[in-house]
Amino acid sequence: MTDTAKDKKDGGGEWSRLNVAPSPHIAAPVSTRRMMVDVLLALLPVLGVSFYVFGWFSVFQALLATATCVVVEAVSMLILRRPVRITDGSAVVTGLILAMSLPGTAPWYVTVIGASAGIFLGKVVFGGLGQNIFNPAMVGRAFVMIAFPAAMGAAGYVDAHSPVQAVTQATPLTALKQMGQGTPLTALLLGNTNGSLGETSALACLLGGMYLVIRRTASWEIPAGILAAAGLISAAVNHFGPGTPWDVWHHLAGGALLFGAFYIATDPVTSPLTSRGKWIFGVGIGVLVMILRYLSGYPEGVMFSILLMNAAVPLINRLTVPEPVGGHVRKAR
Amino acid sequence: MRTEDGPTPLERFIRGILPENPVFRQMLGLCPTLAVTNNVKAALTMSAAVLFVLFSANVIVSLIRGLLKPHLRILVFTLTIATFVTIADRVIAAFMFGMSKQLGPYVPLIIVNCIIIARCEVCASRQSVWHAAADAVGQALGFTLALLSIASIREVLGSGTWLGMRVMPGVWPDWVIMVLPPGAFLTLGLLLGLVNWLGTLRRRPAS
Repeated sequence: MTDTAKDKKDGGGEWSRLNVAPSPHIAAPVSTRRMMVDVLLALLPVLGVSFYVFGWFSVFQALLATATCVVVEAVSMLILRRPVRITDGSAVVTGLILAMSLPGTAPWYVTVIGASAGIFLGKVVFGGLGQNIFNPAMVGRAFVMIAFPAAMGAAGYVDAHSPVQAVTQATPLTALKQMGQGTPLTALLLGNTNGSLGETSALACLLGGMYLVIRRTASWEIPAGILAAAGLISAAVNHFGPGTPWDVWHHLAGGALLFGAFYIATDPVTSPLTSRGKWIFGVGIGVLVMILRYLSGYPEGVMFSILLMNAAVPLINRLTVPEPVGGHVRKAR
Repeated sequence: MRTEDGPTPLERFIRGILPENPVFRQMLGLCPTLAVTNNVKAALTMSAAVLFVLFSANVIVSLIRGLLKPHLRILVFTLTIATFVTIADRVIAAFMFGMSKQLGPYVPLIIVNCIIIARCEVCASRQSVWHAAADAVGQALGFTLALLSIASIREVLGSGTWLGMRVMPGVWPDWVIMVLPPGAFLTLGLLLGLVNWLGTLRRRPAS
């Protein structure tokens, strides 16, 4: 089926007949769908570890969030009489990333409202995929974080009577913030700790992240900038400040830093276009994460950091317009 | 000044409610619209204060419109409005002390509410007392409608109540975000979008 015929079938309307394409044409195997399938493949290790650590909590949240995202996207597009393109996989990716950023113990309505708010307020109101300023999954998470502080705050992660062992203790960052306790680095690497469903294992995030970077679905500059900034700041704080149980490697492997750096911040729609812009974006996120971890009341700040830097992306793009070959055209006097 | 031109009192009244709704169409008075709509009671008190001030100011300005000098008119509008805002503020403080504390600075801030200065400028300083009175009531009802719709959504979702009465089942999880400032911006934005969308739907078959 050609694109035009497909658009007609999807209800593309009069626009589907406008097929303007000036030469030269390069056949590139890059499509939204291929990128989204890449992200799904990269999420496999994270989902696996999550299922191993959190059991059915993980499956429940992933299925509920994904189903809600797909349904909300389809219904919104039908109401707005725009082509329904749920087969491109973007709603599925949003749902999975949102689910992996929630506590396993979150009640069902938190997941449903978060997924609906993410797709509707984060994507549909801006005009759909490619138009959104903020990462939809993070919009959904921020919405439920503020709407249901009891379910999403530090206490929401802990259920002392749960049969799932990981959920019975505080998350590593909460333990650090409230009780000054450290967590062994091996636990942070393997993921056998409490936390948001997908963030616990640093190795799984690195594995999936490496796949995304090698496939060039994710730009390497963004995670590199985030990790460099976070590493430098935590190294400086550890060097000059009083000893805490968390050193540089804990800060890099713990919390949602790796999950956010590889899967969330690299969303091509909500990150800058140029290489220089991506460095600025990544470093900005890394700096904000460390500021929030050290100085704010929240134990972790990856979500807020990414949303704040998302807002700065249009500005970064304007500041980093690349110089054309041969230099800028001089203004005639 | 001529008084025969312009819309009739009935037209002025009807336009204020929806076609020229101060919040949804003119985007005026957004400060109280965002600040005092986290429960219905505060929104209704605010609307009543605006109705009183707008009606009184419009009538007075219309009565003295022959005496207005172009370069001093805004000053006269503001002084007139400030007089009635002070009356409204003191009355609320005297008889509804809790509500006065809750509304805080937003009752005194009616002085700089652009809806009222705009109505003095657009209608009261150009048309008769009847026009001005009908205009004031229509615009105030439009403002009330906007505040009531936003406050209803925010209070029902955010506290599970409406005007203090429990309307949601006991298991309803309160959406704390709706009673916080983000809830005001989200609700206003979505309602504006809804009003515009309904407008385009109504116009589409005609065009």
